[in-house]
Amino acid sequence: MQLQVMNSPFNQEQAELLNRLLPTLTESQKVWLSGYIAATQSASAISTQEAPVASLPAESAVQTISKEVTILYGSQTGNAQRLADNAGKSLEGQGFEVTVASMSDFKPNNLKKLHNLLIIVSTHGEGDPPDNALSFHEFLHGRRAPKLDDLRFSVLSLGDSSYEFFCQTGKEFDQRLEELGGKRLNERVDCDLDFDEPATEWLEGVISGLKEAQGGSATVSSKTPQAAVESEYSRTNPFKAEVLENLNLNGRGSNKETRHLELSLEGSGLTYEPGDSLGIYPENDPALVEMLLQELKWDPDEIVKVNKQGDVRSLKEALTSQFEITVLTKPLLQQAAELTANTKLKALLSAGNEDKVKEYVNGRDLLDLVRDYGPWSVSAQEFVGILRKMPARLYSIASSLAANPDEVHLTIGAVRYNTHGRDRDGVCSILCSERLQAGDTLPIYIQHNQNFKLPQNPDTPIIMVGPGTGIAPFRSFMQEREEMGVEGKSWMFFGDQHFVTDFLYQTEWQKWLKDGVLTKMDVAFSRDTDEKVYVQTRMQEHSKELFEWLEEGAVIYICGDEKHMAHDVHNTLIEIIEQEGSMSREKAESYIATMQQEKRYQRDVY
Amino acid sequence: MVNKTLNAPEGLPSDVERIKEESNYLRGTLKETMLDRISSGISDDDNRLMKFHGSYLQDDRDLRNERQKQKLEPAYQFMLRVRTPGGVSTSEQWLVMDELAQKYGNGTLKLTTRQAFQMHGILKWNMKKTIQEIHASLLDTIAACGDVNRNVMCNPNPDQSDIHSEVFKWSKQLSDDLLPRTRAYHELWLDEEKVAGTPEIDESEPMYGPLYLPRKFKIGVAVPPSNDVDIYSQDLGFIAIVEDEKLVGFNVAIGGGMGMSHGDKETYPQLAKVIGFCKPEQVYDVAEKIITIQRDYGNRSERKNARFKYTVDRLGLETVMAELEKRLGWNLDEAKSYHFDHNGDRYGWVKGIKGKWHFTLFVQGGRITDLNDYKLMTGLREIAKIHTGDFRLTANQNLVIANVTSQKKKKINELIEQYGLTDGKHYSAIRRSSLACVSLPTCGLAMAEAERYLPVLIDKIDEIIDENGLRDEEITIRMTGCPNSCARPILGEIGFIGKAPGKYNMYLGAAFDGSRLSKMYRENIGEAEILSELRVLLSNFAKERKEGEHFGDFVIRTEVIKAVTDGTNFHD
Ligand code: SRM
Ligand SMILES: Cc1cc2nc3c(=O)[nH]c(=O)nc-3n(C[C@H](O)[C@H](O)[C@H](O)COP(=O)(O)OP(=O)(O)OC[C@H]3O[C@@H](n4cnc5c(N)ncnc54)[C@H](O)[C@@H]3O)c2cc1C
Ligand SMILES: Cc1cc2nc3c(=O)[nH]c(=O)nc-3n(C[C@H](O)[C@H](O)[C@H](O)COP(=O)(O)O)c2cc1C
Ligand code: SF4
Repeated sequence: MQLQVMNSPFNQEQAELLNRLLPTLTESQKVWLSGYIAATQSASAISTQEAPVASLPAESAVQTISKEVTILYGSQTGNAQRLADNAGKSLEGQGFEVTVASMSDFKPNNLKKLHNLLIIVSTHGEGDPPDNALSFHEFLHGRRAPKLDDLRFSVLSLGDSSYEFFCQTGKEFDQRLEELGGKRLNERVDCDLDFDEPATEWLEGVISGLKEAQGGSATVSSKTPQAAVESEYSRTNPFKAEVLENLNLNGRGSNKETRHLELSLEGSGLTYEPGDSLGIYPENDPALVEMLLQELKWDPDEIVKVNKQGDVRSLKEALTSQFEITVLTKPLLQQAAELTANTKLKALLSAGNEDKVKEYVNGRDLLDLVRDYGPWSVSAQEFVGILRKMPARLYSIASSLAANPDEVHLTIGAVRYNTHGRDRDGVCSILCSERLQAGDTLPIYIQHNQNFKLPQNPDTPIIMVGPGTGIAPFRSFMQEREEMGVEGKSWMFFGDQHFVTDFLYQTEWQKWLKDGVLTKMDVAFSRDTDEKVYVQTRMQEHSKELFEWLEEGAVIYICGDEKHMAHDVHNTLIEIIEQEGSMSREKAESYIATMQQEKRYQRDVY
Repeated sequence: MVNKTLNAPEGLPSDVERIKEESNYLRGTLKETMLDRISSGISDDDNRLMKFHGSYLQDDRDLRNERQKQKLEPAYQFMLRVRTPGGVSTSEQWLVMDELAQKYGNGTLKLTTRQAFQMHGILKWNMKKTIQEIHASLLDTIAACGDVNRNVMCNPNPDQSDIHSEVFKWSKQLSDDLLPRTRAYHELWLDEEKVAGTPEIDESEPMYGPLYLPRKFKIGVAVPPSNDVDIYSQDLGFIAIVEDEKLVGFNVAIGGGMGMSHGDKETYPQLAKVIGFCKPEQVYDVAEKIITIQRDYGNRSERKNARFKYTVDRLGLETVMAELEKRLGWNLDEAKSYHFDHNGDRYGWVKGIKGKWHFTLFVQGGRITDLNDYKLMTGLREIAKIHTGDFRLTANQNLVIANVTSQKKKKINELIEQYGLTDGKHYSAIRRSSLACVSLPTCGLAMAEAERYLPVLIDKIDEIIDENGLRDEEITIRMTGCPNSCARPILGEIGFIGKAPGKYNMYLGAAFDGSRLSKMYRENIGEAEILSELRVLLSNFAKERKEGEHFGDFVIRTEVIKAVTDGTNFHD
């Protein structure tokens, strides 16, 4: 290949020299040269920041051992998938032959053939694998799992330390692969919500692991992997989107508040497809920050470092926009215990108290911690040092770009609750409901989600189950299908509390139904009648027809509440398949498993 | 002109005629539409038919724009009108209405100007349950609206209870005998199995026919000297004639009606004219024949001119009388003399015969509801729980707690005082003589506020009243949100008809006893002008009135306004 400034780390002059030299070299000259460079390289170790000609030496050096690397990801909302793709790119850059695949696309009986396996997986539900990891996870833990004595592997797990089963799925894969005889290329890394740095470090570890396995003959790149992004804006560099519209979708007298947000993407170059999500970096409630500052008697204007890179902010700003102050995690408590003279916190954390800790963190925030376990004999800097970075909130996109160029719409349910004698507000949803006006801006990014997509074939029937805010992506689906003039059958199940006030986007659905863009719609309003009815009730009522649709190859989409709805709907589906397909429970379950494999059962749940 | 040939007006039948024709005796596609869960509304065609079942689809107009922005359909809801002939309801029935209003309605009850109950805000999915519970209470909503005979009004005057009960008996019978025969109501709402065989045979409407009437038809029965039912506003009126304490029969009056349309001189309010006398047992015969005349010759092409009053004016009174007597096969007697002296109510406790007591309660705008400072609904509920007599809805949207035994009187009076239920004595007489239609937010035809606004306006009029020492002077004042005139404003001495938000036409000159229409005095005026006009008029009235002269007569005598001698010259 012709080396250029663009496709290589060399400057113009170097590139030209090399381009003249390389074609003249014989194979043996090349091998000698690469060996020579490798040697000098490993001597001066990591110090050189720039990698030499990436592909050439790798090629030759790796001839001796397997340069095949398989990366399997399990991802619900796309983080693990994106990291897997990036890892793939940088490994290819290192001359490895990389296969990146979703666990659901991977044929388990190929497992034995693998030499290098990287697993990047998130955890969902309550310590459950993401949907597209379910079958592989089950296979590995089942009796049919093969011995994997000559497999080298490493696991990167994504999670959220505010959950009880932090990175559970990653841990399980890691342990199981070892049990099956696999050797670790690199120790597992468990990432919290702010996963970019640890993920990069893990990959560097993996790369050197792979190289060592190849007798250190190859070169090591300490170049951090970067995604090839279509827009300059990303999760790590969010775009400030202007708010065009912000209104409440619930009619007067409703118990609910659901905001409809319209944001402008103009000038961002950001694009999305139906099924993708949007990330928002919210700001904490100024009132809460105020209370915190007063409690700790710190100077709001004191300057503090907010990250490893050493960026600084005023303390007030930092607490408002940089750090998470509304969630307590065990790691946070442990670090906090070191910063307070109050011994009660250590006592709480002492072994055997796990349940007490769980009990304590549930429904409490930093203000509670500060109040309950003072005095805090510590500097503001030290204190913010233990806080988690403000995590972005994801929202299923509720619009179609084709139908609304340069716009993105969201459907956000306001989260308000009272715990431990204090009213608490969801950070992002209440920011949107109470403090965000048209004209303001929000830092956002697009979270592509390959696991929630309209079928390629426009004639494939689709069944959409989206109660409450779960309706969001289906509004996007409908807009897109209307725009594209898709003919295939579609069936929407929606539910909420009251028909009169909570039928989200009612007039739009009525129109789609009237115009035939939507074929069928069934709604369930749980508090209008004495007997409680939910979406799954309606699904049951239409079990026969619903099964017919599935048999016709329909794709079923489920979006919304993960804790209750998604489970109940899942079970109802199994019942329907059992009943209408007259199958055993096991049969019905594998029927669904197959649908999952075929991407005909897709979920976007939270 | 007696020999004028009889015929119905030319012209294509109106759309409503088509709907009735296709409806298979008022069924239409109601069964299906009521089951559809995606909208709480129903189609226009079905809504037309819904009226025959006593209900209207409406929406909360206060929320229209707001909900449109929120991507929500209008707040559709049904109004349900419960037929209570003569306005008589038992305590049990009262409690059922009260409960249904709380459970399925908007928590209030409306006592209508035709002595019926109305519930607002009922959702589609609750309609069947509501109607079934009403049915179980031995009331119904059949033909409470629609192109049929309506709830027959009857004077609830408790003073002469013997006469009243007798008159009431006849009214109730009329109301029931004139009901449509179709089983649609029972099928749709009461789950009655579809009647076997073709409807044409089983339920053909002997009197109405498959197309029913060209328009609504209204009958009222008055017991002089009270004209509370506004007998002259009825399509057909019966005036009880009492001779030495006995009911001998009724004078018959035909061709009244109030409704009109702004700017359409072809439409006008008209007073019924007395054409003769009949015996009590002949009442049904007369009603039936009058109705069939309207059925055959009423205008089915232009609904605005379809009421019986236009049929009478077009054919001529004599022609109609001749046709009536032809169909009766006998002649009406000479009308007997009678005298009305008022069309309002008389409030407070009165002792009737047989030692029974009656308490007439002033109900502003006929709205039964609980306000922070006035728990009317609760009070009446508590009374109904112990009341062994009955409740009587008056044509002036008021309520009579009737037939209270001397034993119960004390207990009930305690409750009346505990809840401050008012006979209106502490109000100005003009407020006690006020009437306002429902209008906004539920009425789809409203152009301006009425029920919600008249009380506020009267607060301000009261000041003028007091300045002029007229606090105890009964002046009937009526307001409607549009010229359909549901509160009979043209028969109020001071009348207001809504034209646009905050704007009203003002009418003067009606007679206190309801025997003369008023005339437009000012067009399209707002509150400021209303008040300045009244300031002048009322102070003149206070100064220059003759002994016992009513305001309506005064404005005519002093030539503030010309007397309307007949509906046909109302617009001149
Ligand atoms: C409830 C009531 C007014 C009240 O505050 O009490 C009422 C309310 C309505 N009337 Fe009426 N009318 C009511 C007595 C009257 C009267 C007074 C009377 O009958 O003594 C009249 C004038 C007399 C007459 O009929 O001429 C009256 C003349 C109308 C008209 C005009 C008819 C006409 O000939 O032009 C309409 C409109 C229509 O029928 O097209 C109408 C239509 C309506 C509707 C149903 C509006 C509609 O068609 O969509 C109103 C429902 C409003 C709501 O939200 O409840 N209402 N309506 C009265 C119920 C009486 C009952 O229990 O049956
Ligand atoms: C892929 C994906 C798509 C999503 N799509 C949408 C969407 O389309 N619309 C939408 O509204 N949301 C959606 N969400 C959820 C959304 O991301 C946020 O979680 C939600 O808006 C709450 O964020 P917040 O900042 O307002 O509340 P936070 O400040 O994050 O508070 C929420 C937390 O408060 C706690 N909490 C809440 N209620 C109680 C209670 N009663 N007792 C104790 N603790 C409680 C819980 O720990 C909860 O996690 C989605 C999430 C994901 C992962
Ligand atoms: C509904 C839901 C449940 C979750 N449950 C857990 C959990 O039990 N344990 C955990 O460590 N992380 C949990 N997480 C956090 C995710 O693992 C984390 O957001 C991760 O970055 C998602 O990666 P993905 O986009 O590849 O799925 C949960 C997230 C969601 C939305
Ligand atoms: S008068 Fe007009 S506004 Fe008033 S209730 Fe009748 S139709 Fe409605």
